[in-house]
Amino acid sequence: MPEPVETPTPPQWAAGGVGQSPIRPDAESKVNGSFDYASDLAFEGMLWGHTLRSPHPKARIRSIDTAAARALPGVVAVLTAADVPGKLHYGLIEADQPVLAPGEVNYQGEAVAIVAAETLDLARRAAELVAVDYEVLEPLCDASKAVEAGEFFRYQPVRVGDPDTAEAAVVVAREYEVGMQDQAPLGPESGVAVPADGGLVLHVATQWLHSDLEQIAPCLGLEPERIHMAMAGIGGAFGAREDLSVQIHMAMLALRTGRPVKMMYDRAESFLGHVHRHPARMRYEHGADAEGRLVYVKAHIVLDGGAYASTSEAVVGNAASLAVGPYKVEHVGVDAWGARTNNPPCGAMRGFGGVQTCFAYESQMDALADALGLDPLEIRRRNSLAQGDQLITGQVVEAFDPAKAEDGRPFSPLRDLLGRFDDIPVPAVPAGRDIVELPGGTGNTTHGEGVRRGVGYGVGLKNICYSEGFDDYSTARVRLELVDGEPVAYVHTAAAEVGQGHWNLQQQIARTELGVERVVLLPNDTKVGSAGSSSASRQSYMTGGAVKAACEAVRELWADRDLADGPVEATRVFRHRATKPMDPVTGQGESHVQLALCVHRATVDVDVELGLVKVVDLTCVQDVGKILNPVALEGQIHGGSAQGLGLAVMEEIVTDEGRVKNASFTDYLIPTILDMPPMRLRIVENADPDAPYGLRGAGEPPTLSSTPAIVAAIRDATGLPLTRVPVRPEHLTVGRPS
Amino acid sequence: MSSVAAPARFGFHRPAAVDEAVRLLAEHPEAVPVAGGTDLMVAVNYRHTRPEAMLDLTGLAELREWTDEGDSVRIGSGVPYARITAELATVLPGLAAAARTVGSPQIRNRGTLGGNLATASPAGDGHPPLLATGATVEAVSVDGTRTIPIGEFYLGPKRSALKPGELITAVTVPKATGPQQFLKVGTRNAMVIAVCSFALALDLDTRRLGTGIGSAGPVPLTAPDAERLDLPWTDPARFDDALAAEFGRRVAAAARPIDDVRGTAAYRRHALAVCAARALRRVWTAAHERTGR
Repeated sequence: MPEPVETPTPPQWAAGGVGQSPIRPDAESKVNGSFDYASDLAFEGMLWGHTLRSPHPKARIRSIDTAAARALPGVVAVLTAADVPGKLHYGLIEADQPVLAPGEVNYQGEAVAIVAAETLDLARRAAELVAVDYEVLEPLCDASKAVEAGEFFRYQPVRVGDPDTAEAAVVVAREYEVGMQDQAPLGPESGVAVPADGGLVLHVATQWLHSDLEQIAPCLGLEPERIHMAMAGIGGAFGAREDLSVQIHMAMLALRTGRPVKMMYDRAESFLGHVHRHPARMRYEHGADAEGRLVYVKAHIVLDGGAYASTSEAVVGNAASLAVGPYKVEHVGVDAWGARTNNPPCGAMRGFGGVQTCFAYESQMDALADALGLDPLEIRRRNSLAQGDQLITGQVVEAFDPAKAEDGRPFSPLRDLLGRFDDIPVPAVPAGRDIVELPGGTGNTTHGEGVRRGVGYGVGLKNICYSEGFDDYSTARVRLELVDGEPVAYVHTAAAEVGQGHWNLQQQIARTELGVERVVLLPNDTKVGSAGSSSASRQSYMTGGAVKAACEAVRELWADRDLADGPVEATRVFRHRATKPMDPVTGQGESHVQLALCVHRATVDVDVELGLVKVVDLTCVQDVGKILNPVALEGQIHGGSAQGLGLAVMEEIVTDEGRVKNASFTDYLIPTILDMPPMRLRIVENADPDAPYGLRGAGEPPTLSSTPAIVAAIRDATGLPLTRVPVRPEHLTVGRPS
Repeated sequence: MSSVAAPARFGFHRPAAVDEAVRLLAEHPEAVPVAGGTDLMVAVNYRHTRPEAMLDLTGLAELREWTDEGDSVRIGSGVPYARITAELATVLPGLAAAARTVGSPQIRNRGTLGGNLATASPAGDGHPPLLATGATVEAVSVDGTRTIPIGEFYLGPKRSALKPGELITAVTVPKATGPQQFLKVGTRNAMVIAVCSFALALDLDTRRLGTGIGSAGPVPLTAPDAERLDLPWTDPARFDDALAAEFGRRVAAAARPIDDVRGTAAYRRHALAVCAARALRRVWTAAHERTGR
């Protein structure tokens, strides 16, 4: 009889490991108010910086006179474009945004001068004393006109089959519009630059430390090694912290004055000082056969990127590649642009190009269902992509469990999710409701008068991780050592904890992989390699993957070593599988790493006479591959759904000829607890064999599908076509403003 | 702006009694009274105003009391909205309902009716019920006490009849003599500035209607033409939807709304017509259920 082979067994899953919901390490301090956000930082001898911004969307700067500002007692430095020590421009993909406006301004809020003074109030007063002589110019604010004039950051077509000659029994053609949403993180942009040994320490709240450093160093004319980036406490991000804000400005002031300089935006400046979600105008035409199966889709998509590139290029790629959603269609003609205008710059926000088109294609699916007399779930079932089918980019749908094939048909992850609604009833209308349960809430506008109920569905398809050939990676360093005779794991990454619970997940992974209880997270900084951005629903996959790989390496080293002889350490770089760029003419290419699906059913009560909406239920079915932390996951789905609700019924940066009209929380409304209903979740685990633990990125998909579901429900209640979000009360009553 | 030259340090006065407060106000005309600070401090944070001095009213216990005056309630200008909702809902149902819609619970704990009046924003939630009930504002200065009928108080957007050196000490609101309603339209279900609002008070003793319109004109307004609508007092069952709709039309006609970021003029008129019709239907029904007719 052969000897039994000794197979290494993974350590026991420790308490607080993967799949559990230990209390997150930042929970207590965030609840009791002691957590240090970037805006709480203070240093001895610290100055305050402030930014002077352009009041004009487009103007030439004839001259800037800083004498009066410099003469104000307590003012230490006043700097303009002439004082930028290195490169004059920065940017996430293309370095096109001036550090300080060199001779012209291209959007309202563009930084023109910066001031350092002994107090914040003095710095603000000094900024008011900077005399800028502007020659005001006519701004270009219409994205379609910009595209016609050749002003765009990217054009990406997708061509499959022959969409122009394909014949369909039913055709639905509509135009859609998505307003400019803001990430509205509660923590304003803030940080401190501290001079140190001929260089700087920058304490910043950012989504990606290493990308910041790559952009900051050349503008300061400093070697990157002379700048140490230290993560400061982040009060929400949602994409708003991908682009630089205070970083280079406070660094310039610190270098000039030799003193620590703090910058902190107030709410109005925050609204002007970060990018927004691209507003969109989209013309869609869907053709289907008599059974509702898609024959062709044509889409003309114009996203407004505003004045500078930011991430417009990548947003356009997502909008184009995901333009028809998770549906099978033979003939496709998509044209997507990211326009350059004098509107506020737009860039990353949760959903990243997937949100805008999702509103359009889901509205189209409902319109087709209406035209054919089909149930909204049924038309989606009939068109669901299945294992082995291709996206419009030619990318094959894979990495879903082939063992789940249904009746000989290839497994369709979307049909799987849609089927879960069968046993979740639409909530009944309760009797004797309090006004807070009705549209209008405490406004006492209805006691039931004019209230009609509606139900709608929305499906979203989101790419997870960076796409189109980007060489994305994350780095983790893990050390295991004995402390008081007990093994303690130290995990070091640069990954941003933006509130999603990533710190907790790193500890969970280390506990699971190493079987230890105590895991210490070292501060996130640039003393370890890049973790990439806390964006694109990628950190569980990427930095989770890196921490897992580093732990596995440590475990192997530990097998041959006694920790009493010294610590064991390993650093690992984790990469996802390679992707390809989209063909510039046909849009073809395996451009995405991973695909994720989410489906919402919204139930709304609408006061149809006043146009007020109360979302009474949101039921969500999402495939997350593998649940890593149930509580954090539910939080992500709730939050993403709430952000989608905001876009559906209230959130919009309103501009008039390039000027922002509502840069405040008084007039930029985000949902309150009376607007966001309790949610019912059905979380599905169709594991992705390529991903760590089989996980599927989960933070963004709910943001896509909740918006079209809610609007579909409002259409159901009102019978109105509703082709624009956010839906405002006047759209449901007196019509659009002229 | 000229305030740039102002000193970095500003004056802060904290009187312990009203007579001291008005004396300080006379001596320091630059001082801005502050109670809850829910309007003023937002304006300061946004640098819309940079007061050279503040007069802190929170030490004035007498402003934080309300008293039953028989036919009316005298509400100290420092009584926060939360207490109006909790303590005065029976006698002043319209005002209590309006107070419930102000801001968030934190704002309602600090914000005061006196502050609402002093700011005199056309969007202030307290104004329509004060107009509908014919309240009076009590203003005190070193020269004495003045009573201002609410209809004469609002002069323009954020402008009131309050004179320099005057401090709002109280608002006297007649007790309800019939059902009252307050409806506020906003694009969020709570914590929202009014797109428009409407208050209605039905006086069963005099068989009169009182109205108040918010956020639909340069000042809070009344709708006198709507108040004159003939109602079937002798045969309440004759009240019908057409009558309610006519009332709504007259209220909408009294509004002078504009288009702004919160809503369009057309929507405001439409919403006021709907709200006014609903309010009238509700108070009529409540009145005749109550009296058993």
